[in-house]
Amino acid sequence: MRLNARRALDSPLVCGVIGVVALLSAAEAAGRLGLISTVQFPLTSTVLLEAAGLAADPAFLADVATTFGGWALGLLATVAVAVPLGLLLGSVPPIEAALRPVIEFLRPIPSVAIIPLATFMFSGRLDLKVAVILYASTWPILINTVYGLREVDPVAKETLRTFGFGPLSVLWRVSLPSTAPFIATGVRVAAAIALILAISTELLSSGAGGIGNFIVLAESSPEGLRMQVAAIVWAGLLGLVTNGVFVWGERRIFRWHTARTGATQ
Amino acid sequence: MIRKVAAAVLRLWIVPVVLVVWELGTRALAGPYFPPPTKIAAQMGELWFSGPPTRLWLNDTALTNFPYSIANLLTGWVLSGVGGVVVGVALGRSSLLFRFLDPIIQFGRALPPVTLLPLFIALFSTGARMHILLIAFGIVWPVLFNAADGARHVDPLHLDTARVFRLSRVQRLVKVILPSALPKVFAGLRLSLSLALILMVIAETFSTIGIGYQLRVAERGYDLPGTWGAVILLGVLGYVFNQIFVLLERRALAWQSSAQRRT
Repeated sequence: MRLNARRALDSPLVCGVIGVVALLSAAEAAGRLGLISTVQFPLTSTVLLEAAGLAADPAFLADVATTFGGWALGLLATVAVAVPLGLLLGSVPPIEAALRPVIEFLRPIPSVAIIPLATFMFSGRLDLKVAVILYASTWPILINTVYGLREVDPVAKETLRTFGFGPLSVLWRVSLPSTAPFIATGVRVAAAIALILAISTELLSSGAGGIGNFIVLAESSPEGLRMQVAAIVWAGLLGLVTNGVFVWGERRIFRWHTARTGATQ
Repeated sequence: MIRKVAAAVLRLWIVPVVLVVWELGTRALAGPYFPPPTKIAAQMGELWFSGPPTRLWLNDTALTNFPYSIANLLTGWVLSGVGGVVVGVALGRSSLLFRFLDPIIQFGRALPPVTLLPLFIALFSTGARMHILLIAFGIVWPVLFNAADGARHVDPLHLDTARVFRLSRVQRLVKVILPSALPKVFAGLRLSLSLALILMVIAETFSTIGIGYQLRVAERGYDLPGTWGAVILLGVLGYVFNQIFVLLERRALAWQSSAQRRT
């Protein structure tokens, strides 16, 4: 850490607030001075007022609840599928080697392209969202689990084996706890992807409700753009909060792990 | 050579097995939503690959839509790569700048890129310019964060050595900081290349040209083999892009792994 005479500039909070306020003011000024047409992009003050209004709008809150309901269900389903699968692939190398080409091909299929296909197959809107999230968020958890199992201390495993513990016991007592931080990182990444996919599904497949649907419907209203930008601001903020909660939880639960590796974020 | 081929065959034995199981399974199911792979392949052939061999069997539909999408994707990727590295390195080297911009960048990263589509249409209307800008904006984050991380964690010994040899700021940037951030930058570029494909599909949702549009056409026409075909086409593209990138990365970073081996 560099020593700075101006203590305030050392505080990330102060600097961050200054940065955000500066950007917002610049956008407001650009709008007022006519550099950006307000028809194309609404004034910052208008957007902020609209966003504040949305926070008290029961219809929008219901949409937020719909989005997060689908998100939570999808993420739970993903964890329930991807973690056991990752443990299986990570502890039985022949299966991993056999399935690797299939995974290598499935993974690059863009998740958003799955939405039209899934729209045909799932009649219920919630099923559709959960299915799309399951497909897209599986990869980070699966890969982190397999990778984490590779990093397990072999001495610890051998020690337990010498004491006569079976393979399942070793998995439960050594491999799983030492893989847990990797799985947690995977879940955090998956949570961000799941939120993006939940909103994308709502946007691309109409009539699903949720924040994405709100953005689509706002288009037909006269103050459409203003409402859309305000909803986008909320989508970003909610994404930030979700990620923050996961980072915080990870730090708390796995303090021993970050202390050991000195992990940076 | 023979051993390499044999190893590849051994590694890929699962592929024909999966294809056969898929074919037999979908034939047994006979449901409309899961067409057998042969039917998908036939539909793909009819839609895009019915051209003459001199044009790699690509027909007119393929030739109007594929190069358009791929060109936009690559342009957006290059733009975001250059922008991400410039901003990222600046953020990595100046902790003050990082403190000022961190919340804004975190917010930008948290925005689901699809939600930006209506906004980008309002700002730039439709067309290639909007597609390229949406792709570039949506995928810039991995490059930016990785470049910042790489530039922040330059070996202090290297920097001190550069100072002792009185390297100028520009020389230090080009000869010390950028090379040591390069592996991280490549990791970010690889991630953003796969994201670019997603953004490409999103950008073309409401357009009338491109691979994403082909996907929409198949979906709206209830053409299930065609929809499957478009998804598979995108998967193949993603796979090919990734393979090419890994090859280039290995070349570009060859010095790095050999340098590490020496130490």
